Parts: sequence; C-alpha cells; structure tokens
Amino acid sequence: MNKKWLSIPYALWSLIFSIIPIIIITIYSFCKRSPYGKIIYEFTLDNYKQFLEPIYLNVLWRSILLAAISTTACLVIGYPMAMIISKTSIKKRNVLIMLFVVPLWTNFLLRTYAWMVLLRDQGAINQFLIYLGIIKEPLQLLYNPGAVVMGMVYNFLPFMVLPIYSVLSKMDNSLVEAAQDLGATSGEVFRKVIFPLSMPGVVSGLIMVFMPAVSTFVISDLLGGGQTVLLGNLIQNQFLVARNWQFGSAISMIMMVLILIAIRISSKYQDEEGGGLW
Amino acid sequence: MNERVVGLKKIAVILVLCMAMVLFSGCGQGKVNEKGYYDTLNVYNWGDYIDPVVLEEFEEEYGIKVNYDTFANNEEMLAKIQQGGNDYDVIFPSEYMIETMIKEDLLQELDYKNLSNFKNIGEQFKNLPYDPQNKYSVPYFWGSMGIIYNTKKVDEKVDSWDILWNEKYKGNIFMLDSVRDTVGITLKKLGYSLNTKNIDELEKAKEELIKQKPLVKAYEVDNYKSMMIAGEGAMALTWSGDAMLLIDENKDLAYTIPKEGTNLWFDTMAVPVTSKHKKEAELFIDYMMRPEVAAKCAGYVKYATANVKALEYLPKEEVENELAYPKGNIFEKGEVFIDLADFTTEYDRIWTEIKSH
Repeated sequence: MNKKWLSIPYALWSLIFSIIPIIIITIYSFCKRSPYGKIIYEFTLDNYKQFLEPIYLNVLWRSILLAAISTTACLVIGYPMAMIISKTSIKKRNVLIMLFVVPLWTNFLLRTYAWMVLLRDQGAINQFLIYLGIIKEPLQLLYNPGAVVMGMVYNFLPFMVLPIYSVLSKMDNSLVEAAQDLGATSGEVFRKVIFPLSMPGVVSGLIMVFMPAVSTFVISDLLGGGQTVLLGNLIQNQFLVARNWQFGSAISMIMMVLILIAIRISSKYQDEEGGGLW
Repeated sequence: MNERVVGLKKIAVILVLCMAMVLFSGCGQGKVNEKGYYDTLNVYNWGDYIDPVVLEEFEEEYGIKVNYDTFANNEEMLAKIQQGGNDYDVIFPSEYMIETMIKEDLLQELDYKNLSNFKNIGEQFKNLPYDPQNKYSVPYFWGSMGIIYNTKKVDEKVDSWDILWNEKYKGNIFMLDSVRDTVGITLKKLGYSLNTKNIDELEKAKEELIKQKPLVKAYEVDNYKSMMIAGEGAMALTWSGDAMLLIDENKDLAYTIPKEGTNLWFDTMAVPVTSKHKKEAELFIDYMMRPEVAAKCAGYVKYATANVKALEYLPKEEVENELAYPKGNIFEKGEVFIDLADFTTEYDRIWTEIKSH
C-alpha cells in the first residue's frame, strides 16, 4: 500500500504529459475551424474525411515507404553489426558499444546539419571527389529522397543495433553448439537457430526505427529541401503555417493508430525475455 | 510503517508539490519603480530583428527590465497569444497577421496621446488597408520581395519572375518554403493578384509551380542564405532585407524586383490583449519610434525602416539604395498581403500538392 505513494509522481506525470494531451488532440480532431483558424467546439468528421483526399494519402504512402526503406536498411546494416559486437570479448564489447553511443551525445539537429555540410555542392564529399578527379561538376547529393533516407539511417541505426545486440549477447550458446553437433551448416545455424531466437530484438529494433522515421519532419526538411513531404511535415505545417490545428490533430491521431497497429502486429513476436519494448 | 518508507513517502509528496508548483505558478515578480513605471516589460519579436543596444538603453532610461523573447513566424506568435497564459506587452506581427488579430479581438487599441513619435512615420506607411486608422498598430520595418542572383552564374538581364522557370538554371534555384510568398509571386507572374480567392487562378499557379519543381534545388527559408553566400545555386526568391545582408557578404550577388510586381510587406508593433501594462507598452513603442532608435535598429537589421526621420541618421548609400528603399509610389510596384480567412486552407492544400508532387 505504501508503495502506491511512490508511483503518484509518475502517474501525475503521464496524466499531465501523455493522457491529457492525447485527449485534447482527440477533441481538436473532431472540431470545426473558424475562418481565422480558431477551434470551434462542434462535432465534425471533416478533418478525417479531408485526409482521405489523394494528395494526403499520397503523403501517407510516401512516408510509410521512406520509413520502411530506412528501417530495412537499418536492419541490413545493423544486424551483422550487432552480431559482430556480441561475439567480441567483453572488454572490447564495451568499447564498441561506447563508440556506437557516443554520437548520440551530440544533439540530433547538429548531427543532421553535419550531413548538410558533407553533402552540399561545396561539401566535403563533392570536394574530395573533384580533387580526385572522379567528377568535374559537383553531384547533387543533398535535397533528394536519398539524402532523407541517409539521414534517417544514420540517426536511427543505434536503435536497431542495441536491442538486437542485447538479445544476441544473452543467447544461450549451447543451443548453437547443439545445432552444430547435429550437423547443421553455419547457414542453417543462423537461419534455424540464431535468427529466430533474436526475433524479439529484431522486432524492437524495427519499431524503434520505424516510429521516429515515419514521424520525423526535421530530417526531411533539412536534407530533403522541402521537396519530400512526410506525415511529420504535414502535421507541423498544419499547426505552424496553415493554422489548422483540427486537421493537424486528425493526422496525428491517424498516425498514432498506425503505429499502434504496427506494435500490435509485432507484439506477437515478443516474449517475456529478450529485448522487447513492452 | 518503517522509517524508510516514511522517508520515501515524504520525498514523493515533495516531488508532487514541486511539480504542481512548476506547473501552476505564474511569475509573480514585478512592482512599480521610482519613476512610476511597472518594472518589467515583455517584448515578443522576430529573431534578430532589433539592435540589442536599444533594449539596454531603454532599460537604463526608464528603469524597466525588458524580457525579450523571439518567434520564427507569425503563426507561432498567434498561437501563443491565443493560448494566453503569458503576458506579452509588445508584439511585432506582420500586416496580414494584424488583420487576423484584429478580427479575433487579440489586440488593444493604441492611445495616440502616448505615441507622440508617430509623426516620424512616413505618411505612405500610415492608414494602410490592414489597419485603416492605425488603431492597433504602428509600422516598424517594411520591404519587398525579389530575386537574389549570382552574377557569375547568371549573365543575362534579370527583370522578370520568368527567369525562375528557365531550364538553364535547373537544380540551381532556391524557392522559399512559405506558401503565401512562393504562390504569391507565381500569381504575380501570371498577372493575378497575390490575394486571389479565385480557385481557377490558384490552380493555374499550382500547375506553374509543379512545372517549375524539377528546376528547384530546395524549398527553404534559412540554409539557402549560406549556400548563396558560398556561391552554390544561381538564384533565390528572397526578402529585400535578407538580400541586403547577403550582398554585404558576397559581392557577386545582386538583387532585383521583377517588373510584374511584387509583394510589399510591413512588420508592425502592437499591444496584445495579454498585456496588463499598456502604459509601459506604449512607452516602449513610442521609444522605438524615436528617429535615432529606429535608425540604430535599421542599421543593425538592414531592413528598411518606416520611420522617415530615422533616414537622416543612416549612411547615405544605404538610404539611396533603390533596392532597399524603392523610390516613387511603392504601391504601384507591390501588393500587400490580405488575410485569406477560409481560403487559407486552399492555399495550404495546393502547397502540399506541389511539394509532394
């Protein structure tokens, strides 16, 4: 009973900063808009209907596509990396993990700006290639969807590697040895033993990367040059430019539902042990 | 119940109280100073839009501490005032936002008995349609919109918006990531009003911008500046004040106001309903309209001041620069934005369509 007291600050915290805001967004999303953008508290479904117009569905589709590409890229790059780290000696492991986490200490915005410096026409990469004589004119590296994916992969890769690593490093090695003793090739060991056992980590990683990737607006603004509109940009725009908080709230709700569905599907693969998120 | 649990319980209670304090306490400081003024004033302005020295001198002269806060765009400022819960005394909205705020009852009427320096404001900047009798606002800076281009990369004459659609400059054109501005100049290029509420005209502007998209390097509001200075990109749509700053940094750059006409904008000073100290707010606005103060700000920010008396305090070459201070009837060259009310959402829709094409 006494322990209940301890939880009060946290309960209050989540009430004030999670539950109430979500309720407010839900209410806004069903409200009408005055000519000057004020919220009129009358029930309407228009905001949701508006989202069903082709241009907005197109934005939704593109966001999911780009987020999916980035997430896949993170998995392809991240999985071998997690395996390599989990196989090294404990001392080395900590150093490697450190190296991996250190960039996260720098502000996210700064890291993204750093990519601009690298990718721009007079940036380091173009200058280097010109110096080597490989190209004459600078390549258009910045301001395209490729740059956005690059930014996402760079920023979110640790969220893929860390959960997979934590599952792999806890894995019971005797299972691998047993498979080998019974004559499995190394490919089979990976496909039939290691990978299935690491699924909880993989699923956590997928969610941890997909969620921020589908909702980011900073990366697409800075590296995409405003030419790649994602759901996050759309929402930001409704709140800050179009003065249409109602529509912005409706899009936020839709996005939350999408993410919830993704988590529900993935929760099938999670078990009590391992690197599950919840 | 053992001691440790009691201790933890206490900590929990204290934590709850602390959170409640942070959440619910307003800043209750402030009193009247020896000069008879309330001793703090909350000013809410655009980033980098004042000479900081001016604030210090105001504090010294009147013994009023200025809490200075900045916003990045009008809508952000509007949202804060609408939400209430702050007590900004002086704000700096653009002209179309003044119109919105008047209609939403968010501004207090100014008392001209306290604004004797209003006489320093140029006659042509007074009584404009967004606030017909200047009941709620006084102009601060004004300017135009045009094309900044790199003379090393563009050797033809630049005098029309058409050049932004020229295939030759593919991948070298920056447009502003700002609906009203980018769509506005496109409407001008097509010979329409940039305040149009005609959906056909708007659709035509959309087609035009979709056609232009493959040529555009980026839709941007900030980073294009450093790129133009570095010589990346051939041209950019830009505001006059930014153009002057960029030319200062790179002499190869030039600015022009296209012949089809442009947008004229005004940033103003006003007192929002959130202010509980209108007297001090007006004192500040009147101070800002002193010629020497206005000149200091104009010299620092490089935008054109609406204060004609201030021009005497500015370097001659700045005042005589026709690109910063166009001569003649400026309203023939430019059109002022009017708030679009309901129609704002249409502009936003086509903008999303263009950017996600």
